[in-house]
Amino acid sequence: MENRLRILRAERAWSQQDLAERLEVSRQSVNAIETGKYDPSLPLAFRIAELFERPIEEIFVSPSRRSSKAI
Amino acid sequence: MLRTQAWKRYNWRVVWLSLLYAVFLIAAVYGFKHALIPRSVRYLVAILPALPIVGIFVAIGRYLVEEQDEYVRMLMVRQVLWASGFALSLATIWGFLDSFDLVGHADGYYIVIAWFFGLGVGGLVNKYTLGDGGC
Repeated sequence: MENRLRILRAERAWSQQDLAERLEVSRQSVNAIETGKYDPSLPLAFRIAELFERPIEEIFVSPSRRSSKAI
Repeated sequence: MLRTQAWKRYNWRVVWLSLLYAVFLIAAVYGFKHALIPRSVRYLVAILPALPIVGIFVAIGRYLVEEQDEYVRMLMVRQVLWASGFALSLATIWGFLDSFDLVGHADGYYIVIAWFFGLGVGGLVNKYTLGDGGC
């Protein structure tokens, strides 16, 4: 799933490891989410949203919204 | 390799179970070879080496329950699915070849060896599709 995680992380000058520690997941998890290889569960997506103090839809791009834009 | 706490516990369990397997196997083979096993406990001694292997399957199940990192857990689930698909496919193909007398008969426990080999296949698939070799 497309997302703005890398941008939000860069704004705070956090490394993937920094973000992983804040989310209590592995650095590999952060990398997989950032690169769109893995879609986080709803609880983890909420943790990410709460950490960045943004609504989920400002961080993760809805696949249906993305495809309708493409049309 | 992703070293979470659950993964470290899983590794310890597998190491101890593997050692136990080696001890049980050597004892059972020695006992049967030298006719030291009383008739009343033959079945029990024969399945002793199988029990630590069953324990490893339990350890994998416990790992999947205990792993808190959902991405790492998914990597292991993918590996287990590959292992199961690989081993069951191989057993099915071998079974039919055996039925038509085209290959020799293989002992049932070879399916376990194929399954563990399949775990490795799953790890490679994870590495080449997700970039993480996983567990």
